[in-house]
Amino acid sequence: MNAGTNAYVEFEGVHKSYDGETEVVRDLHLSVQEGEFLTLLGPSGSGKTTCLMMLAGFEAPTRGAIRLGGRTIHDVPPRQRDIGMVFQNYALFPHLTVGENLRFPLEVRGMDKAVAAERVRDAMRLVRLEGFEARRPGELSGGQQQRVAIARALVFEPRLVLMDEPLGALDRRLREEMQFEIRRIQRTLGVTVIYVTHDQQEAMVMSDRVAVFNRGRIEQVAAPEVLYEEPERPFVATFIGDNNLLRGEVVDVDGDYCQVDIGEHTITAFLVSPRAVGDTVVLAVRPERIGLADEPGTYGNEFVVPISDVIFLGDHLLVRATMGEQGDFVVKIPNIVGHGAVLPGDRVRIGWTATDCRALVPDED
Amino acid sequence: MKAVSPGSRGPTLRALGLTLPLVAFIGVTFLAPLAAMLVRSVYDPVVADALPETLQALAPWDGEGVPSEAAFAALASELVAASDARTVGQVATRLNRVESGLRSVVTRTARRLRNAEINPDATTPWRDAVVSVADAWEDAGTWRAIRRAGERVTPRHYLNALDLDQGAHDEIVRQPEDLRIYVPLLVRTLVVSTSITVLCLLLGYPVAYLIAHAAPTRANLLLLLVLVPFWTSLLVRTTAWIVLLQSRGVVNDLLVTAGVIEDEQRLQMIYNMTGTIVAMTHVLLPFMVLPLYAVMRTIPSLHMSAAASLGASFGQAFRRVYWPQTLPGVGAGSLLVFILAIGYYITPALVGGRTGQLISNMIAYHMQQSLNWGLAAALGGILLACVVGLYLLYDRLVGVERMRLG
Ligand SMILES: Nc1ncnc2c1ncn2[C@@H]1O[C@H](COP(=O)(O)OP(=O)(O)OP(=O)(O)O)[C@@H](O)[C@H]1O
Ligand SMILES: [Mg+2]
Repeated sequence: MNAGTNAYVEFEGVHKSYDGETEVVRDLHLSVQEGEFLTLLGPSGSGKTTCLMMLAGFEAPTRGAIRLGGRTIHDVPPRQRDIGMVFQNYALFPHLTVGENLRFPLEVRGMDKAVAAERVRDAMRLVRLEGFEARRPGELSGGQQQRVAIARALVFEPRLVLMDEPLGALDRRLREEMQFEIRRIQRTLGVTVIYVTHDQQEAMVMSDRVAVFNRGRIEQVAAPEVLYEEPERPFVATFIGDNNLLRGEVVDVDGDYCQVDIGEHTITAFLVSPRAVGDTVVLAVRPERIGLADEPGTYGNEFVVPISDVIFLGDHLLVRATMGEQGDFVVKIPNIVGHGAVLPGDRVRIGWTATDCRALVPDED
Repeated sequence: MKAVSPGSRGPTLRALGLTLPLVAFIGVTFLAPLAAMLVRSVYDPVVADALPETLQALAPWDGEGVPSEAAFAALASELVAASDARTVGQVATRLNRVESGLRSVVTRTARRLRNAEINPDATTPWRDAVVSVADAWEDAGTWRAIRRAGERVTPRHYLNALDLDQGAHDEIVRQPEDLRIYVPLLVRTLVVSTSITVLCLLLGYPVAYLIAHAAPTRANLLLLLVLVPFWTSLLVRTTAWIVLLQSRGVVNDLLVTAGVIEDEQRLQMIYNMTGTIVAMTHVLLPFMVLPLYAVMRTIPSLHMSAAASLGASFGQAFRRVYWPQTLPGVGAGSLLVFILAIGYYITPALVGGRTGQLISNMIAYHMQQSLNWGLAAALGGILLACVVGLYLLYDRLVGVERMRLG
């Protein structure tokens, strides 16, 4: 056991470079608890698949340690790692029937035929595909193939299941259905799952915790609601949900709050990490946390701004305002004011509370 | 039934029209000769055309003893006519193939008749006159041979090609042991072709695997290397093997220099079966590699990773996941190599020596030397039947629609 942690899966200072020059994974630290559903979320090329491949044993880290159940697994070949993997394109064996695909991991383990048949039956029931054993993968729909791939990764009761964008090829409705299914299966079995996606909504719906990747680094690891409510980096603030970003300079610090000069205005904001006067910060305000202030003094921060555009979206209005040199600024107003209450060209008073405005350390680039 | 929309028929017809030149070309250069060959293997009108009345006079003959005087008379006049038409040689050759020794009997008789050296009169009928030239005319076998050679449609060539013969009463008998040539040769051809196919598969499979799963630039280079032999003439490649394998050749020299063998023990690797197998394996290897490569390229390398993550060793993954998926390529490549091998001619002719000859060399011999085209055609027909049989077998086992050639 590694001293001090009881993590089930652990990346410690892991670096990975394919060509010896560019590091596609940089100084990665990540712990996953047993039974947890953890999602790696990040834009394309941010190194998510690379992390799974290192865990599954198809790639070796350039530096750092990866532990599973307290042991480093660098010297364990993929076939002995006992990790179930669902590949993006399913990787079902087309010449074998669904039943044979599921039996494959059991047969190579030399499992007793009767026991194997029982396991296959259970797995098929789990993914709700009873009666499809004799079909070939080519005779199944995309969603059914996906279920087979999941069943195959689970049937040998692995210590850990990895899924690399398993729903990427499915249409939206099927994807939502499968998100629910995967979550149900994971809860039923209590198995540890590391899941990869670049769809933030999918990550929010399914995960216990989400690790947000950006250019080979983890920006933040937290539960979905924490990521949304308390982003610590501008990248996370914009990648998860919408956010208005305003760049400014700290002019005063008072405990957890600070005054930030953004040019025309000075804004009171919640200080996420200690900053000194004169430091540059990025302010993040969610569009739905901004309101119309009919009476001055409703909010801690209030401004009169010109409206450049109004989009009617049924249950809410998307109002685009201009915030001095900082450019566009989006405000989301619930449709209780009625269509036509705000019109392009109007000047309106908007505002938000200081707690809803987070002062973040800028992304380096 | 499929509904054809009015608009789609025009383009289809036009597309068909564009293939017409090719269809015509194939008809003239492939189908017609093939048909002609098959006809020739069962149809031989030479004797029937030259000796019609003799054959008619022989019709009532019971096949025992000597035929009637009318048969002798007809034979005499028709042999003279054949001499005049200069076809008597062909007739003699045909009869000789049915009953060896008849060539000289027929030509001699024809010459004597034409020169009017023998003439019947009241005391000596045609029969005695003809018999006076050769005793063979008193033998019932000679006349039976004429009757048999006179059949226009005949199984003779096929029987001959299968080392069979017709007995006195048209019963089919095997040739005596020492005269059986073609069946052993056919068996040898099949065995050699099978060996070459297996060798090509053993050598070609890893190469195709390497190319199919290499990085694109390297794969292209490797593919180029596989195709390079196609850019050199077959003759050059074959003679290169002579340079390498002959007893004073590169390989033997190296072995002697390295002390593996003594100078007197130089290996005989060419002008025998070894030479044929080595050179043909080399020549036919690309025909195995290309279909294999075409199939392997479509197998995602992810499958092997998936198998490993499911707990399979490389051996298990290969046997259960990879190999079965390459079977269409294995089938196509093997079929191609085998079919090319059983009909191969140049390489065995050049490097096969006496013991490395195959059935096609025998066909060439009958086409060019013995001029027994009927027999050559029958041997070709048997070869064709082997190929078709194999193809049907492949269709049964693998399914032709799954074949991928490139
Ligand atoms: N086998 C490889 N050889 C070289 N470079 C690679 C290899 N695999 C990935 N890369 C590079 O590593 C970086 C990270 O790739 P990775 O596949 O991990 O991204 P990802 O987060 O999974 O992206 P996506 O969402 O598009 O799947 C990319 O820049 C990619 O080009
Ligand atoms: Mg990926």
